Amino acid sequence: MSTRTFGARIERNIDPKLLRGEGAFVDDIPLTGVLHSAFLRSPHARAGIKRLDAAAARRHPGVVAVYTCDDIGALDMAMPLLIPHPCMTDPQTQRPLARGDVHYVGQTIAMVVAVDRYTAEDAASLIEVDYEPLPVEMDLEKALQTGAPPVHPKVPNNLAAHFVQTCGTPDEAFARAEHITKIKVQVDRSTAAPMECRSIAANWDAVSGELTVWDGTQAPISVRGGLASVFQLDEDKVRVIAPDVGGGFGQKVLFFYPDELLVPMAAMQLGRPVKYIEDRRENFIGSSQERTQIHVIELAALKTGEVIGLRDIFLHDTGAFIPYGIAVAQVASTSIAGPYRIPNIFVEFKAVYTPTVQVTPYRGCGRPQACFAIERAMDQLASELGLDRFEVRRRNFVTEKEFPYPREGLLFADGLKVTLDSGQYAKALGMAAAELGAADFPAEQAKALAEGRYLGLGLACYVEGTGLGPYEGGHVKIHPITGKVYVNTGLTSQGQGHDTVFAQIVADQLGVRPEDVIVVEGDTKAFDWGVATFASRAAVVSGNAIHKTAMVVRQKTLLAAANMLEVNIDDVELRDSAAWVKGSNRFVPLAAVATASNPLRYAFNEAAQAATQFAPASKHDGPPLAEGEAPGLEATEYFSPSQSTWAYGVHGAIVEVDPGLCTVKIRKYVCIHDCGNMINPTIVEGQVLGGIAQGIGGALYERLDYQPDGNLANASLMDFLMPYATEIPNISVLHLETPSPLNPLGVKGVGEAGCIAVGAVVASGVEDALRALGPITFRHVPLTPSMISDALEQIGH
Amino acid sequence: MKRMAKPSIPERSSDPRIDVSLTVNGETIHRAVSVRMLLSDFLRHELGLTGTHVGCEHGVCGCCTVLIDGKAGRSCLTLAVQANGTEIRTIESVAEADGTLHPIQQAFKECHALQCGYCTPGMVMNILARFEEPYPLDLSDAGVRDMLSGNLCRCTGYINIIAAVRRAAELLGRT
Repeated sequence: MSTRTFGARIERNIDPKLLRGEGAFVDDIPLTGVLHSAFLRSPHARAGIKRLDAAAARRHPGVVAVYTCDDIGALDMAMPLLIPHPCMTDPQTQRPLARGDVHYVGQTIAMVVAVDRYTAEDAASLIEVDYEPLPVEMDLEKALQTGAPPVHPKVPNNLAAHFVQTCGTPDEAFARAEHITKIKVQVDRSTAAPMECRSIAANWDAVSGELTVWDGTQAPISVRGGLASVFQLDEDKVRVIAPDVGGGFGQKVLFFYPDELLVPMAAMQLGRPVKYIEDRRENFIGSSQERTQIHVIELAALKTGEVIGLRDIFLHDTGAFIPYGIAVAQVASTSIAGPYRIPNIFVEFKAVYTPTVQVTPYRGCGRPQACFAIERAMDQLASELGLDRFEVRRRNFVTEKEFPYPREGLLFADGLKVTLDSGQYAKALGMAAAELGAADFPAEQAKALAEGRYLGLGLACYVEGTGLGPYEGGHVKIHPITGKVYVNTGLTSQGQGHDTVFAQIVADQLGVRPEDVIVVEGDTKAFDWGVATFASRAAVVSGNAIHKTAMVVRQKTLLAAANMLEVNIDDVELRDSAAWVKGSNRFVPLAAVATASNPLRYAFNEAAQAATQFAPASKHDGPPLAEGEAPGLEATEYFSPSQSTWAYGVHGAIVEVDPGLCTVKIRKYVCIHDCGNMINPTIVEGQVLGGIAQGIGGALYERLDYQPDGNLANASLMDFLMPYATEIPNISVLHLETPSPLNPLGVKGVGEAGCIAVGAVVASGVEDALRALGPITFRHVPLTPSMISDALEQIGH
Repeated sequence: MKRMAKPSIPERSSDPRIDVSLTVNGETIHRAVSVRMLLSDFLRHELGLTGTHVGCEHGVCGCCTVLIDGKAGRSCLTLAVQANGTEIRTIESVAEADGTLHPIQQAFKECHALQCGYCTPGMVMNILARFEEPYPLDLSDAGVRDMLSGNLCRCTGYINIIAAVRRAAELLGRT
């Protein structure tokens, strides 16, 4: 095996089992005698609970327990504030079950545990609650005004956080600007909508005192720590397993959702396994959402189009609670200048409580909003100065010789400095222009227009800070029986193909096939140091940890094999799952090297005989394991990034707008993408394509429709319009590979990349298509037919 | 926290039950089922065929698609009692007994047409139903998209699934 697998288009190890229906998602795991739970949820956005009577529910046949806030002892508490930040005043987090007040439609009030879900839901509907409805303000801007109805009575003006960051001298830049462009943009609320809703099951073993929790989470180690703390158990007595997980996109990285505490609690109390499988409506009204931001962005420019200053003041909707701190808004504020030099930046945000589902990161995490703001502003600047949209961007890009390019004063969501580390921004723009046929487009557009068809070209660039710390680890072990290589890390996979890309990293070092590398993650009993899968960080942080580990194991293997083959270590090479004497046919299989590296008393097979005490190769002049040595071919190493590494890309599209029907068709979509060295281009493309599809949803269709009373009017997949295959055009993805200088593999993250620029591209394209009809601007996504209709009406069309 | 005395917990709900007989993946099944149990729950929790997934329980996402008498159907919109006398096929019946993938599954693997794999069984069953219909396949861009238009996927962006349908047609000599 001499072919390098890093960089190769390897098919995924995990696919056969998923394709045969042999995946094991939480609700697929058989648990003897399992009980099912259902929640009573608030039908009001804001209300006081005057009376709560669960007697009828408790009497209902088949009901095992009903829990209200009075029945959960120490768990009747505000849940943890996961990411504290000094700019928050009195940050509010949810209680597992409402006490006294409810703050959004869908908030959990009681949990029923019964013999099956059907019975549990019946009983939940028998719980009597008297509510005293309270007024609500759903408008983000009005919610901040004095006298607006509060989401939390003790938080005045619904102001959850207020934060300013400055880079350079923005006031001075605006003072010497020759031109100022100012626009207001808005992105509406959406949701991750993973195909598998959230899910959890728990079993308490009273004999061993061990709690096992199967949680469809992105963060089992973190959940383990939290549960151990809440239940006052040693961490080793709590095992959290994230088995196969059906998509996450950020929604599954919060802890705790109420069920994540209450299901383990019920399992411990009732002595039976308990599960909660969220249904789709509950996913819409109970699990985290994101996106609503309103930005007022100003660009201070010279007549040449060079942007010398940026001022962005925005409102961020955090929903009813702020468990994830200001992460989303902070990522937005530090991504606001995109790939542009813009040396002077003032960015200020206010996070606002609204009586809606809490906001935590959803794929993109503030970046789509920041991209929408800066890219719409760049288009506007180009228009006002009479410059080409490509040209104005080209003039402002950070150039290759300027890297690393720091934005002094801006701290990213990891608390570390924002420094763009590498890229070829102008080259990417050129590739996008070529792939789009931008040079020929004006003629094509004019020709179409003559036929009564409205074509437009949309364009947007983005950057993405990826690979956040604090750290991840890797454990690599060559198995003595089969010679297969076992790899552990502290992450989970929700479809990203970790089991294949991590296998590729290891395969190259140890000379084995990727399919002979078994990656086990998502189980705290397998590996329990690390953080979670989020923020496009797996390949960067775990990937490099595993790479470092594999190099250590490689060295150990070469040394052990050299001893066995009685040659110099430099004469040994690893390939085809064996150690070979270079240029000869002498070899020893990796399994035998692993076995021999473990001094044995008992022989369990032929290879093992060679490692026992009276075997010819045994040492007889000291301890079988020398001081400081460890048995086996095994190692654990860690990688902690010094800062985030910044990926980027350029997206463009040709869209066609029908001014009669007010519909938008994407005729062509182009993505130029650079995530540094690619471990597996097929998987990278999969991530990008999926992200773009989600971006198209956010650009044209997906909007959570909260009514003035706080009810969500489209809490189903029938009414919340997620794209089907019929809505997604063919997409052309081209790669650049500018290595990151910040890690040994030279990789950058890719998970969120695809979705970031799409809203800006679509709005840019639709605006361009309708330019012939008059001066129309689109600064609000999703860009719906009604918005197009309203805009056309305003210009008298 | 108060630890409850172990309660006496009934085995099952007091829902009325009806005897049903049906064929599932070639095996004849006789069971007494709750009259309101969904076919998806029956397959998953009574028969242990957990390859059929449940994504919305309102018939939109297609994750729960199985073949009912040869036609693709939503098992989340079908009651188990309605399946009495029918022949059901689930994802577990598609690969060969030794695990060898069906050409549709093989095509999905080759084309990276799945990521988390949650929607995949429903996709495969839907495509299988269409491939088994005695009509020519429309493998045009619009035709394949139409074929997939009853199944949601949140990971892949569909492009690779469209490629997989064409690749499966190739493998099965249907081009």
